[in-house]
Amino acid sequence: MDELAQALRDLNEKKVYDLVEERITRGVPAVEIIKACNEGMVAVGELFSTCRYFISQLIFSAEILKAVMKRLEPLLQGGREGPSAGAVVIGTVKGDIHDIGKNIVTTLLRGSGFQVIDLGVDVAAERFVSTLKESGARVLGLSALLNFTYPEMKNVVEAVAAAGLRDKVKVIIGGTPCNEQVRQFTGADYYAQDAVAGVSICREIYAGGTPPGGTQQKEQ
Amino acid sequence: MLIVGERINTTRKAMSEAVAGRRAEPVKEEAARQIEAGADTLDVNCGTVPAETEPETLAWLVEIVQAACDLPLCIDSPNPKALAAGLSVHRGKAMINSISGEKARYEQVLPLVKQYGASVVALGVDDRGIPEGRDRATEVASGLVSALLAEGVAADDIYFDPLVRSVATSQTAALESLALMRDLGVRFPGLHFISGLSNASYGLPERRHLNRAFAVLSIAAGLDAVIMDPLDATLVALIYATEVLANQDRFCMRYIDAFHRGRLKA
Repeated sequence: MDELAQALRDLNEKKVYDLVEERITRGVPAVEIIKACNEGMVAVGELFSTCRYFISQLIFSAEILKAVMKRLEPLLQGGREGPSAGAVVIGTVKGDIHDIGKNIVTTLLRGSGFQVIDLGVDVAAERFVSTLKESGARVLGLSALLNFTYPEMKNVVEAVAAAGLRDKVKVIIGGTPCNEQVRQFTGADYYAQDAVAGVSICREIYAGGTPPGGTQQKEQ
Repeated sequence: MLIVGERINTTRKAMSEAVAGRRAEPVKEEAARQIEAGADTLDVNCGTVPAETEPETLAWLVEIVQAACDLPLCIDSPNPKALAAGLSVHRGKAMINSISGEKARYEQVLPLVKQYGASVVALGVDDRGIPEGRDRATEVASGLVSALLAEGVAADDIYFDPLVRSVATSQTAALESLALMRDLGVRFPGLHFISGLSNASYGLPERRHLNRAFAVLSIAAGLDAVIMDPLDATLVALIYATEVLANQDRFCMRYIDAFHRGRLKA
């Protein structure tokens, strides 16, 4: 594994910053540095998914990555690709006010270079739709903790379809009650088992691939 | 939190016997046990031996403990001659335990602090005894800390001990000690606070509960070093937990590290 990726995986904050500075000095392109960081973040995600890392360590990794991205941002200016990995609209659906999970996903997405429009909690379907229209984001993340919010998630997916956006926007649901059955009921494209899974799904959507475990099937 | 292990002390029978027979092994084992349990540094104290032999005994202790663990030590004696002997053989940056506002002690220990560039435990007491009441305590503490700073000792090298009285005889003692730490923390940025914890519980049964509770309260008030028995696994776990709750453990990393080292099982 790349030394920088390893330092990020091990949450060795100082070493990450030192290596980033050293690579910048050596003239390593910013995109290469980001690639190494992504490798480290994937490793952190795996450690978290297998319960070897705790949630605060996941947040710590995102925090380190955010600082690295901030450092690299000026170097990316003028390049063909901007620093944004894509736009994501996210919020907790109407009727639920839990936001810890959503906030973690938001932090991780931003750390991974996504432009995130976080609408907060108790968000009405119309607001999701109008924000999607204005931003042109291709991903909508719906969060919930309470299980009686399934119908509201379904309602949002239908509102997106009614607005004619269903073939342009991929919907990801996440939060404690979500599983494959809930995904099918709501008509969402994907459910994310945890924050890291949510980030990989977003990444693959913007890369044009098909994330595993999801489906490309669209609501009629 | 700087955990200073207190078990290498000749008031304990096993240590007293080992020191009397100059047997290094039991002392080295005691050092290893404490470090394994989470001690960051070790206090060495042989205050029960005759005053004339204390200097050479303390020097012997410093040498064998550092041979076993290679950590900087907390050299503990009210006797400046013993401190000097211990410091002369110590490798690395030592902690001197202790200086105070008592005139003679202050004048004899200060040169050692400067000569060895050591950090120092500063006891909040002067020739009038342990101050009573918040105003007097603040006055004695501020005087001592200001004097050390004026001598060029860095705030980061001063570990102030508020010398709490027993709550059994002085019910507001613990709260006054907390208030004193908060006051001084504002007035002297970078100053450390250290406590032996156990004075607070003197005269009461099952003192460990009081000592642990006092540690938790004190950490929230700024205590960042403690002289304790690191084999008290419950206290060690409570310290890690309290640091998380008091926002002194960024991203809970020390707590998680303690978990992986098996230090949260108590």
